Amino acid sequence: MTPRARLVTAVVLTVVLLGSTAAYAVSAIVGHQARQAIPAEAQTAAFDRQVAAGRIVFRNTTADAAYGLVASVSADDPSGDRSVTDIACDRVYSEARSTMCLRIDRGVLTTFSANLLDTAGTVQRSWSLPGIPSRTRVSSDGERVAFTSFVTGEAYATVGFATATQISTIHGDDYGNLEDFALTIDGTPNTAADRNFWGVTFTSDPDVFYATAATGSKTWLVRGDLAARTLTSVRESVECPSLSPDETRIAFKKNISTTATAHWSIAVLDLTTNKETVMPDPRNIDDQVEWLDDSTLLYGLARDDQPGDSDVWSIQADGRGASALFIEHATSPSAVRP
Amino acid sequence: MYISLPQRGPRQKTGAPAARVSSVVVTLGVVSMLTDISSESVASILPLYITGALGLSTIAYGFIDGIYQGVSAIVRIGGGWASDRTDNPKWVAFFGYAASAATKVGLLFVSGFAGIASVIALDRLGKGVRTAPRDALITASSVPSNLGRSFGVHRMLDTIGAAGGPLLAFLILFFVPTGYHLVFIVSLGFAVVGVVILGLVVPAIRPRRQSAAAGEPRQPFRWRTLAEPRLRRLMFTAGILAVLTVGDGFIYLVLQDRSPFAAQWFPLLYVGTNVAFFIFAVPLGRLADRFGRARVFVLGHVALLGAYACAALPVGGAAVTVACLVLLGAFYAATDGVLAALASEATPPENRATGIAAAQTVVAIGRLVGSTAFGILWFAVGRELAVIIVAAALAAAIPALLVMVRPLARTSAV
Repeated sequence: MTPRARLVTAVVLTVVLLGSTAAYAVSAIVGHQARQAIPAEAQTAAFDRQVAAGRIVFRNTTADAAYGLVASVSADDPSGDRSVTDIACDRVYSEARSTMCLRIDRGVLTTFSANLLDTAGTVQRSWSLPGIPSRTRVSSDGERVAFTSFVTGEAYATVGFATATQISTIHGDDYGNLEDFALTIDGTPNTAADRNFWGVTFTSDPDVFYATAATGSKTWLVRGDLAARTLTSVRESVECPSLSPDETRIAFKKNISTTATAHWSIAVLDLTTNKETVMPDPRNIDDQVEWLDDSTLLYGLARDDQPGDSDVWSIQADGRGASALFIEHATSPSAVRP
Repeated sequence: MYISLPQRGPRQKTGAPAARVSSVVVTLGVVSMLTDISSESVASILPLYITGALGLSTIAYGFIDGIYQGVSAIVRIGGGWASDRTDNPKWVAFFGYAASAATKVGLLFVSGFAGIASVIALDRLGKGVRTAPRDALITASSVPSNLGRSFGVHRMLDTIGAAGGPLLAFLILFFVPTGYHLVFIVSLGFAVVGVVILGLVVPAIRPRRQSAAAGEPRQPFRWRTLAEPRLRRLMFTAGILAVLTVGDGFIYLVLQDRSPFAAQWFPLLYVGTNVAFFIFAVPLGRLADRFGRARVFVLGHVALLGAYACAALPVGGAAVTVACLVLLGAFYAATDGVLAALASEATPPENRATGIAAAQTVVAIGRLVGSTAFGILWFAVGRELAVIIVAAALAAAIPALLVMVRPLARTSAV
């Protein structure tokens, strides 16, 4: 081919390739908008009627107009009628008085935020997040909130993997990033450069909470004290702890992989006997578990076949039964208690 | 010695005046732009895809990120060596671009962590392989007097892609919140177009044959020339400066801690740096041609020093954040392309790609060491003090290294 013929071929191919890419993109966007136009199967209901005792609040992932909205079902009939709110969250956690809603504020300039909602669903406080939302929890009295996000946003990242976890109260106090708390691992103060913290769970003592600490390739369950601003290791290889309502056990995810590729199972640690039970669900589960009641665990699991869709599963906390589908097309569950 | 080389390049064929940037350089810039749109659109949404859509974990993301950084530097020298050995930089670079394009197909089919990790490793492998041969092509298509400007034009186009890719990706996710596969397909489209343009439009320049045809003794490839005093001096200087270069991420973290403005826009600060980089790339490349490339390279670190100062200042506001990003962009504009130009000058044609790769690898390793050390310092003495310590070391190193590079500056000010 002559240089001129090559140039012409290149131009033609460029036009054809970019044109068909654009055509595909437009058809995908139109297709998405058509799906969005499908009326939601679930009925809408006011926020305060949904975030109420006896309901399971979650993020809805049905492929219709209700995708991404906060929704709820009755804890007695989880596969029954679901009702959706008009509030969109990427992570949600509700207690009767307060709801935390972590959001990806989409746009050409995408940012991330954590929002505290009151019983009517109105934003009371809002925090900018340094990256993608990860975990959030509200204390059972609805007074304290915690949220974890990744620290992302550098295209040529040099910081590597990092998380930022903050605890605040609904009255306007901020305890700041957990990285600024004094960490003690196995009795020794730890100031490693790569400390990371995530997955807070609150106790009924207003000063005490549990969380995950990580440095190197190890993780620990740590017990935190808000007044003293300390974190003390309790046990190794525990991530995303979740305290049972009776506060006797902690459910968590445990990396059972022996290779560099993580594989998480759900396990339950009895805080009095220190006995650990791994749940018989062989799938890779990456969620902060929620206690439906003192004997049942709930967790979200992404669907393999459909990016962005997931289901909530349940399993007996004593590890004596197989997991069961609890709520279809749902993630980020929280059981609202009286 | 080899300064005489580009008296016969494509320049003569096209008859363009010596100061003009060759059309080959512009074409290579367009190829890089398309490829960067492709890579960066995927890279920017990958954390979201992995954690949000696939439900993989935080640690998994950190691990993948590590792959991103490591693989590229390792294979870079291999790419340079292959290019010099075969005397065929175009097709070695083509292989690198094609490998990266192929990975975009892979992303559509893999969903497990291991799958994604290998796909990304392959993408970075492609990037590592193609960089040095491509820079050797830019050198072979330029004349010594406009080498800095040529690299400036290339890096400007490249950075437009790097800034545009994430914006395109987030625009797609804005319309289709779960449209990750759509982003991958669009990314594939851009990557394939880049490969097509490279394959069809860029001439297969053979630097060694070219110089031999010009009557210079035909030199075989030799590792020994890497120990040549000029290149050694350059690698030493660049290495010292790289160790004193704190990763952007750390600077962003300091800003975020200080300023509510930076905290709100934290995930987008790198876009600001990229915009400044592409605005300054050509002017600073031209300045390097006139004022001496080695000098501009070393003095570019004054902009980095300024960025440290902004980060360490006890005031935080939108203006300080913006100034910091502008300075960071200027720093990249004064150093990234200029380093490749300097390394080209310091190596004979038959070793050029390897020489460029060696200099770039020294910088990559130096920055890795610097960032790791800074991370330790950060937690040992606190954020502000750590920045001040590194800034002081950099302030001391700049004048010393200016003296060090004098022999390089003299010859490059042709």
